[in-house]
Amino acid sequence: VKTREGLFGKMKTLFSGRSVIDDEMYEELEDLLIQSDIGMDMTLKIVGELEKEVKKRGIKDPNLVYDVLKDVMEGFLIAEGTELEVNKPGMNIVLVVGVNGVGKTTTIGKLAAKFVKEGKKVVIGAGDTFRAAAIEQLEEWADRSGADIIKHEQGSDPGAVVFDTLKAGKNRNADVVIIDTAGRLHNKNNLMKELEKINIIIKKHVGDTSYESLLVIDGTTGQNGLSQAKVFNEVTQLSGFVVTKLDGTAKGGIVFAISEELKKPIKFIGVGEGIEDLREFKSKEYIDAIFE
Amino acid sequence: MLDNLGSKFQGIFKKVRGHGKLTEDNIKAALKEVRLSLLEADVNYRVVKDFVNKIKEKAVGENTLSGINPGQQFIKIVNDELTELLGGTNARLTKAHRGPTIIMLAGLQGAGKTTFAAKLAKYLKKNGEKPFLVGADIYRPAAMKQLQVLGDQIGVPVYYEEGSKDAVNICETGVKKARAEEATYIILDTAGRLHIDENLMEELNQIRKKVRPQEILLVVDAMIGQDAVNLASSFNETLNIDGVVLTKLDGDTRGGSALSIKAVVGKPIKFIGVGEKLEDIELFHPERLVSRILGMGDVVSLVEKA
Ligand SMILES: Nc1nc2c(ncn2[C@@H]2O[C@H](COP(=O)(O)OP(=O)(O)OP(=O)(O)O)[C@@H](O)[C@H]2O)c(=O)[nH]1
Ligand SMILES: Nc1nc2c(ncn2[C@@H]2O[C@H](COP(=O)(O)OP(=O)(O)OP(=O)(O)O)[C@@H](O)[C@H]2O)c(=O)[nH]1
Ligand SMILES: [Mg+2]
Ligand SMILES: [Mg+2]
Repeated sequence: VKTREGLFGKMKTLFSGRSVIDDEMYEELEDLLIQSDIGMDMTLKIVGELEKEVKKRGIKDPNLVYDVLKDVMEGFLIAEGTELEVNKPGMNIVLVVGVNGVGKTTTIGKLAAKFVKEGKKVVIGAGDTFRAAAIEQLEEWADRSGADIIKHEQGSDPGAVVFDTLKAGKNRNADVVIIDTAGRLHNKNNLMKELEKINIIIKKHVGDTSYESLLVIDGTTGQNGLSQAKVFNEVTQLSGFVVTKLDGTAKGGIVFAISEELKKPIKFIGVGEGIEDLREFKSKEYIDAIFE
Repeated sequence: MLDNLGSKFQGIFKKVRGHGKLTEDNIKAALKEVRLSLLEADVNYRVVKDFVNKIKEKAVGENTLSGINPGQQFIKIVNDELTELLGGTNARLTKAHRGPTIIMLAGLQGAGKTTFAAKLAKYLKKNGEKPFLVGADIYRPAAMKQLQVLGDQIGVPVYYEEGSKDAVNICETGVKKARAEEATYIILDTAGRLHIDENLMEELNQIRKKVRPQEILLVVDAMIGQDAVNLASSFNETLNIDGVVLTKLDGDTRGGSALSIKAVVGKPIKFIGVGEKLEDIELFHPERLVSRILGMGDVVSLVEKA
C-alpha cells in the first residue's frame, strides 16, 4: 500500500484560492516549483513564460492560469523522439549509463522484458564488471525477462564485454542488444574515459547508423542532475533519458532544466521495482502526474 | 552553476565597507545570495526560509568586531550558524555497555546501504572490533550475494538466507549467530524502500522491535533534492533514527540535503561515503560540508581577504 500526497495538490488551490492575478501569486508559484527540484533558474524561466502567456491570452481569472501553466511547462519538455528506436532491421543497440544506484540495471531488466514480449530476440551485456554481484543481479533480470546475457568475470575489462556482446548479438541475430554499465560519478575522469572507450567500440560497430544512448536519472535527484546530464552527454552523446523512482514523493523536477539545456527527450519513466514498472514517456501524462 | 558565493559577498560588501554596523538595508543583497546559494545546493526551501530569517535577526544591529569589516562579519555569522546547525549533537557511533552493538541501516533504493554496511564493518574491524554482517534484503536480485562478496573481501562473516521471504526472521537468527560468535558489532543491511511504502516500513518496524538495535542509521544519497525532508521525517517517525549517513560525496553535488535533514529531524550526520571502495568512509565534519554547501572553498581564508 502506498499513499502519496501530491505536492502540487497545493497548486490548484494556489490559483483557485484567490480573486486576482498578482505578484504574490507568482511568488507562491515559484516556491512550489522550487519544492519539486525544478531549480531557481528554470523556475524563473517557467514563471516568466507563464506571465507572458497570461498577458498574451488576456487572462484575468486566476483559475484559468492553472491550465496555462501546464501548457507552459509541457512546452519545456521535448516532445519529439520520445520513442526508443529499436525497430530498425538488423541489430539495435541500447547503451545505458548513469551515476551510481539510479536504476540502470533494473531499467535494463524491464526494457528487456518489454522487448522479449514484443517478440524480439534480446541480448544483454554485463558491462558492469566492478560492483559486487552486479553480474549476478543482471543475470537474474535476464532470467526473468527471457533475454540472453553475455558476461565476463568480475574485475575484467568492460570494453571486452561490450565487444563480445556485440559479436554475440550479431551471431545470434539479435533484434536488440542492451548494454549495462557500472555506475559512475560524472566527475571521475578515469571512469568517464572508460565509458568513452565503450562508446567508441559501439560507434565502430554501428558505423553510420544510430544507436540509443540512455542516461538514467534518479527522480529524487536535486540540482546535481543537470551536471550529470551535461557530462554524460559529452562523453556518450545521449539520445535521451530514463527517469526512475517516480513512484515515490519526488517529482523529478530537474528534468525541466535538463530538457531545456540538452534539448533531448525523456523516453521512459520508472515507477517501481517490478518488471512491469516502466512507462513510455508522455509529456502530457507526466505534467498531469506532477500536478495531481 | 552558481559562481563562488565568496566573491559575490566581497562585491556586495565592498559598498558597505565603511559602515560599522550591519543593517537590514546593507545585508539585503547578501541575504538574497545566501538564499539562492542554499537553494542551488538542494537545501529544502522551507529550511532555507527559516535559516535566512535567523541570519537576518542575528546580523542586523550587530556591531562589527574590531579588526574585521561588515562583509567579514556577515560571512562569519552565516558560516557559524550553518556549522552549528549541521553539527551540535554528539555524532559518535554508539557502543553497547554489554554485549554486541546492533546497528541497523535503512534508506531509499540505491542510496548505498549495502556498500556502507561493508565500509562500516571494515572500519570497525580496523579499530579492533569484531563486526558481523546480516543481509536482510530479500527483494533486490542478488542483494545477498552482493553483501557476501563484500564480506569476503574484508574477511567479515555474513549471515543471510538465500530464498527467504522473512526479513525479520533473518535478522533475529543472524543476531543469534553473531552473538554465538562473540561479535562486538552486528550490522543489519536492509532492502531499499520508499518512505511511503507502508508494508515495507512496517517490516523495518518489526525488525526494530524484534532485535532492538542500539543504533539505527538512515543512509541518504547526497545528490537527493527537495524530497530529503519527506524521506527523513517518515523514516524517523517509523524508526526514531539515531543518525544519518551521507553517501556519494565524492561527486560534485553540494549536499545541501544534509542541512534539510538535520533541520527537520535533528539527528546528527555520523559518517560520509566518499567513493565506491570499502575504505572510502569518513567521519562527518560539519565545517567541511558548510564550505561545500556555500560554494566557498575555504571560509577562513576568505574572511582574511574580504
Ligand atoms: N521505487 C523504485 N525503485 C527502483 C526503480 N528503479 C530501480 N529501483 C531500485 O533502485 C535500486 C538500484 O537499482 P539498480 O538497477 O541496481 O541501479 P544501478 O543504476 O544499476 O546501480 P549501480 O549499478 O550500482 O550503479 C534497486 O533497489 C532497484 O530495485 C523505480 O523506478 N522505483
Ligand atoms: N561514488 C560513490 N558510490 C557509492 C558510494 N556508496 C555507494 N556507492 C555506489 O552506489 C551504488 C548503490 O550502492 P548499494 O550499496 O548497492 O546501495 P543500496 O542502498 O544497498 O541499494 P538497494 O539495496 O538496491 O536499495 C553502487 O554502485 C555503489 O558502488 C559512495 O560513497 N560513492
Ligand atoms: Mg547496475
Ligand atoms: Mg542494498
